[in-house]
Amino acid sequence: MEEVLKEIFQSIIDGDQKLTPQKVQEALDAGLEPGYILNEGMVAAMSEVGRLFEEGEYFVPEMLIAARAMQAGLAVLKPKMVEANIQSIGKVVAGTVKGDLHDIGKNLVCMMLEGAAFEIIDLGSDVPPEKFVEAVEKNGANIVAMSALLTTTMPNMKTTIEALKAAGLRGKVKVMVGGAPLTAKYAEEIGADGYAPDASRAVALAKDLVS
Amino acid sequence: MAGLSFLERLKAGEILVADGATGTNLQARGLPTGTPTEAWLFDRPDEVVRLEREFVQAGADIILTNTFGGTAVKLQGHGWGERMAEVNRRAVELARQAVGDADVFVAGSIGPTGQLLKPMGSMEPEEAEAQFAAQARVLAEAGVDFLVIETQFDLGEATAAVKGVRSVCSLPLVVSFSYDRGTRTMMGVRPQKMAQEMSALDVDVLGINCGRSLDDNLSALQELAASARLPIWFKPNAGLPKLDEENRPIYDVTPEMMGAYTNTWIAEGARIVGGCCGTTPQHLQAIATVVKNR
Ligand code: B1M
Repeated sequence: MEEVLKEIFQSIIDGDQKLTPQKVQEALDAGLEPGYILNEGMVAAMSEVGRLFEEGEYFVPEMLIAARAMQAGLAVLKPKMVEANIQSIGKVVAGTVKGDLHDIGKNLVCMMLEGAAFEIIDLGSDVPPEKFVEAVEKNGANIVAMSALLTTTMPNMKTTIEALKAAGLRGKVKVMVGGAPLTAKYAEEIGADGYAPDASRAVALAKDLVS
Repeated sequence: MAGLSFLERLKAGEILVADGATGTNLQARGLPTGTPTEAWLFDRPDEVVRLEREFVQAGADIILTNTFGGTAVKLQGHGWGERMAEVNRRAVELARQAVGDADVFVAGSIGPTGQLLKPMGSMEPEEAEAQFAAQARVLAEAGVDFLVIETQFDLGEATAAVKGVRSVCSLPLVVSFSYDRGTRTMMGVRPQKMAQEMSALDVDVLGINCGRSLDDNLSALQELAASARLPIWFKPNAGLPKLDEENRPIYDVTPEMMGAYTNTWIAEGARIVGGCCGTTPQHLQAIATVVKNR
């Protein structure tokens, strides 16, 4: 692997918000493909951060700082992806459901989707069903992506799906869900079109849903 | 030791029994998931009083008020921000009703705001402090015997909570952290660091509540005991739940298992013992029986 990619990887693991965009720029200047930089350098780093968190080596602050470094790098990368004529392959309305403030996982999923050339309309966290509906209507989205981290807020995914139905949008938009307490079975029960256990599989799922 | 205060009883060397879980027990009795436990202060006050009374009957010396999510900012998540004072007053009233004439303390529960402080999140420490001060003032005025700042994970938020409490009252104060990553909080704080930072503030008791497994909780207790000079409050959860078909949590730690640990907790330095999530009145009775028969 190119040295600069290793440096990008390491700068994200270290949460170095200054170094990551610099190294991404260097990689672009060296003629590396944006998609290659993204996947091999950045996505790989965030997966490693996730692993370090699972193993108890990293805690929430380290994870948040790494995500910010990734975001800073992405800001440099994005215009190049547009230039490289990687066209938007779908519009995604994303958010953490009502009553739930956990947005770290959702933000990661959004970043990865953005990196994979989806257009993201991020509604943030604690998003009520009517806001999802409104955003889908306004933007003509292809996918609604909902995240929930609390067993107590998971039912709000179902409520949102019902609101989409009631607004006559369910036939026009695919629904994908994720978050630590969810299962594929639960996703199926509430009538979602798909579930992904992590951000990279969320990208694969989203691509699948728009194909 | 009737008539003595909480701190006097601790000073006299007594081991006290705190209560069990509020949230998970009310949920098992029909509180819908997603509804804050505080809602039942108004909708099902009979159930709140019944649960607290069951804990008293099981042997609790301390009942915590149903105010874990009682800061205005946390209540606002359910549109109840403006009812902060009413909620906290009502909870103290119901706890007093449950306790009756029994020689049992009513302690005001204060949980996290549910938000992260800057720079990790968006809340200013001063704002957090004001939130905690407002809740503590109502609890103190409503007549709680002492206050418990619980399930903390961040030194910054816990410090804001202590400062907020201390800006409005001088009641005895417990500060308890949740080591849900084993022997670290989700922010990575270790018991030793917690003891060091919290002891530098005006706090009377240090605690642990709601972590991962009973063994992890015990390890956290050992680490805390090694560095704490203040008495230790210990309310482990009955292990982590699994979800059943309906997504209801199932706790597989039995009352017997908790009872079997109780002497070890005391031997390792716990002075107040009870249980957090998953701890039913039966679990608490198992704990209390061991304490009272020592
Ligand atoms: C659309 O398609 C998709 C596809 C995939 C998707 C997807 C969507 N969304 C996620 N994915 C997937 O991809 C991501 C990347 O691989 C993954 O996302 P995750 O989000 O799973 O993973 C993240 C990358 C990392 N994980 C996280 O970010 C969550 C970490 C833990 C530590 C956590 C955090 C950080 C926080 N918390 Co909270 N918190 C805990 C968590 C315990 C833990 N150790 O996991 C958990 C989730 N919290 C919990 C609780 C109870 C709470 N929290 C609360 C608050 C907070 C903080 C604000 C302090 C903070 C959130 C900060 C923020 N801005 O997000 C409170 C609730 C606030 C609210 N209303 O939401 C509060 C109620 C605590 C309280 N008493 O106040 C527990 C939930 C229990 C349950 N199952 O119901 C908890 C498991 C802790 C515990 N051990 O008890 C996948 O799930």
